[in-house]
Amino acid sequence: MKHIRNFSIIAHIDHGKSTLADRLIQYTKLVDDRQFRDQILDNMDIERERGITIKSQTVDLPYVDEKGREYELNLIDTPGHVDFSYEVSRALASCEGVLLLVDASQGVEAQTLGNLYAALEHNLVIIPVINKIDLPVADVERVKTEIDNELGLDPDTAILCSAKEGRGIEDILRAVVERIPPPSGDPEKPLTALIFDAHYDSFRGTIVSCRVFDGTVRPGDTIRLMSQGTTYRVEEVGIFRLAREPQKELTAGMVGYIIAGIKTVSDTRIGDTITVDARPAPQPLGGFKDVKPVVFSSIYPIASDDYQSLLDALEKYKLNDASLVYQKDSSAALGQGFRCGYLGLLHLEIVQERLEREFDQSIIMTAPSVQYRFYLDDGKVLDVDNPLYYPDPGTIKSSEEPYIRANILIPERYVGAVMKLCMERRGVNSQMSYPTPGRVEVAFDMPLAEVIFDFYDKLKSITQGYGSFDYEITDYRESNLVKLDILVNGEKVDALSILVHRDNARERAVRVCDRLKDEIPKQQFKIAIQGAIGGKIIARSTISAYRKDVTAKCYGGDITRKRKLLEKQKKGKKRMRIVGNVEIPQSAFLAALKTDDE
Amino acid sequence: MHTPFCKTKCPYCDFYSVTETARIKKWVGAVLTEATRYRDAFPRFDSLYIGGGTPSVMNHDEIEGLLEGLSDAFHFDDTTELTMEINPDDVTKEKLAFYRSLGVNRISLGVQSFNEQEVRFLGRRHSARQAQDAVSLVAQGGFAEFGLDLMYGLPRQSTRAWLQTLRKALSFGPAHLSCYQLTIEGDTPFSRLSREGNLPLPDEARQAALFLETSNYLTGAGFIHYEISNFARSEETLSRHNVKYWQHTPYLGLGPAAHSFAGTKRWWNVRSLDAYLKNLDEDTVPVGGSEELSAVQMHLERMLFGFRTRWGLEASDIFSEASRATLEDLCDSGLIELHDKRIFPTVKGYLFADRLPLMISA
Repeated sequence: MKHIRNFSIIAHIDHGKSTLADRLIQYTKLVDDRQFRDQILDNMDIERERGITIKSQTVDLPYVDEKGREYELNLIDTPGHVDFSYEVSRALASCEGVLLLVDASQGVEAQTLGNLYAALEHNLVIIPVINKIDLPVADVERVKTEIDNELGLDPDTAILCSAKEGRGIEDILRAVVERIPPPSGDPEKPLTALIFDAHYDSFRGTIVSCRVFDGTVRPGDTIRLMSQGTTYRVEEVGIFRLAREPQKELTAGMVGYIIAGIKTVSDTRIGDTITVDARPAPQPLGGFKDVKPVVFSSIYPIASDDYQSLLDALEKYKLNDASLVYQKDSSAALGQGFRCGYLGLLHLEIVQERLEREFDQSIIMTAPSVQYRFYLDDGKVLDVDNPLYYPDPGTIKSSEEPYIRANILIPERYVGAVMKLCMERRGVNSQMSYPTPGRVEVAFDMPLAEVIFDFYDKLKSITQGYGSFDYEITDYRESNLVKLDILVNGEKVDALSILVHRDNARERAVRVCDRLKDEIPKQQFKIAIQGAIGGKIIARSTISAYRKDVTAKCYGGDITRKRKLLEKQKKGKKRMRIVGNVEIPQSAFLAALKTDDE
Repeated sequence: MHTPFCKTKCPYCDFYSVTETARIKKWVGAVLTEATRYRDAFPRFDSLYIGGGTPSVMNHDEIEGLLEGLSDAFHFDDTTELTMEINPDDVTKEKLAFYRSLGVNRISLGVQSFNEQEVRFLGRRHSARQAQDAVSLVAQGGFAEFGLDLMYGLPRQSTRAWLQTLRKALSFGPAHLSCYQLTIEGDTPFSRLSREGNLPLPDEARQAALFLETSNYLTGAGFIHYEISNFARSEETLSRHNVKYWQHTPYLGLGPAAHSFAGTKRWWNVRSLDAYLKNLDEDTVPVGGSEELSAVQMHLERMLFGFRTRWGLEASDIFSEASRATLEDLCDSGLIELHDKRIFPTVKGYLFADRLPLMISA
């Protein structure tokens, strides 16, 4: 155990976490340079493209120090986004220390702070690493001051590195060995192992990633997942090199995997404790919670006969993502589909993109919603995340919506613009502090609904990329909510209904009406698009009728061209939905959801 | 027959043609070589259409050689409709008499307009005056069957100006009129003008109104509006040639860029005189592409043609329940009529001929 170190890298998005992980792997010769592929841990295309880690992966790095002592350094990779903060917290709970990565040109950002707090909560040793020192705009002294003032860490302990150029890697590995304590624990005690991740393998079922705190687990043992009481027989245990490497046992202090015939990742819970059924631990490890989705939206197939194929895709997708929840949903406009719950907006986008790219689905997603709470006259309390289930407004005594505490870190010159943005988004209870000269930390209480659309994009654009943002959900607060309906030629398009704060309803309605006007093609009759609350029309736009759709000539050379165009249009028509007698293309549904003005 | 020669190119036209009239002789030779290859597959014709381009740029020897060669290769008889397209500025008494002597029994004149400003805008070689004189000559020259090509929906053209052109046209007693709304085609000087915003076409509503006005005026004068852009004085003077395109009748097109159809196959020649000549010189086929139509594609084309012409389509061609319901709606809105187990587009329906096949799945 003396020779094991369990650590993680935490950083703000883009500060170079994956690149640093790559260098550590390369340095320890786990993979030869020729086979090396950039960001080797991010093996989904979408991760590499977006430069973020979605599914964390773990790797066991063999390291020999200058005295020839052999170590096993377990790098537990963590997802780098607030949507996945619970996964991050479980990964951190499995470590004894972290590398806190700060970009030498960007400095400390809101997420760096958030990550630091999470690491401190787990009493981890924190090694500050200043990355990207090769950049011409790197300002190491300024970043050191920020590390001192904003993070409260000793700037002299910071290691300078350029993951891109491979500088400082040796220093980091040495610091991991010297500063991070080896794990403690008793291999003879009853087994307690923390599940911090789970992956699906089509041959082996669920591969559970865990950190063993006490005890030992071997193939043949019957294990018990303590939160649910389910038991499984262990088929294989091992450690993560770049591939899985089976071992005789996993014992206290080790990080590795267990394969035990667990069918889907949804049968496991991240944060749960594994013990041996025959000799169970008296109590599970602390910190377990069942993560609940916070953002909801429905998914419909573009062609209604693709419903079964979408169901199959969701089932397959779910094998590897326990945090997505879905149930059947049906809309008068879009037919059969699914109501899905996500950990956040990024999670939603990831699900959407993966369904389209990896599972080849063409889908329409409805506007994301938070979960609202309605107190009814008869004393009932209703949680509603789907506008379809909005209760009769005559029966609502009061309504509430979830609030967050948002932390925003910006250079001082943007304070005015950011305050304005937050206030437009119904931010209240603002607080400002000046952690270092020239930088401001702004905190606001804001409705979650106001940030799930495009808040982060807006923030980035008004601060020219210098603003960073982190949040946690705090409570539910009273709110004046209404249901905004969109009508096309008098027919309600239920898939476009949203629940909004009364003050925002008109603006939203006008925007959606304008968008639809641009996206719905002209038809033989005039089309009226209206936004309404209850029976009251609050916005409208009109699409004039088609007056003519015929070309003058149709001779030899024109015929093939015309038929091909028709074939193409017919195909496009399959991607349209008919509401009343109006054909609405997929693009109209997508456009209606966008809030940007481009 | 596609004659790919023009003295000058009109700025709206995207038919294939070149201006090197010195190459006509070589082309005639090549066309006749091409013709002999189809001798067995297409032995008899009831229509020969010499179109272009501008066939009237051929001199007497060239035309005579062409028609004689074609008569050697294929069988035509007295009842064959033999149409020549002529540009008004090529028309002379002698030329017309010569055409008659070769058996030409139908003339199609590319007049476009009798309005001087419009003719100039369209970049035609002739003046409005020349156009009138040419039509007079044709009408007096014993061609009972002659047709005029006219164009409308021009920038800033008033309804009055267009009706004047139509009235003038009718005064010559034509057997046939083709009235085309100006369409901006792919790679033409007009498409560049249009992209630069310098070609203000009438808006959709006005185009529709002009179309209905045209139909109304000509049918009022006794013409049959038998296709979107085609009108005939009587059942006997429909263009046999044009109608073939819309009824899946076999036809053979000779010359570069010409299209042919037989059975369920369509093929087209290379769109280049050089390549065409070279192919025939080297004894290879000048075919640039072809397609074999599936039953579904044939069906789609039947709908495409059906809604463009007065023949409509068979009601039994529409079989799905949903489409039958759509048909009823279309009937109610006056776009089609149903009788005698056929579906007919109305004049108002003609305005949506490109869309109607889309509204009906099968």
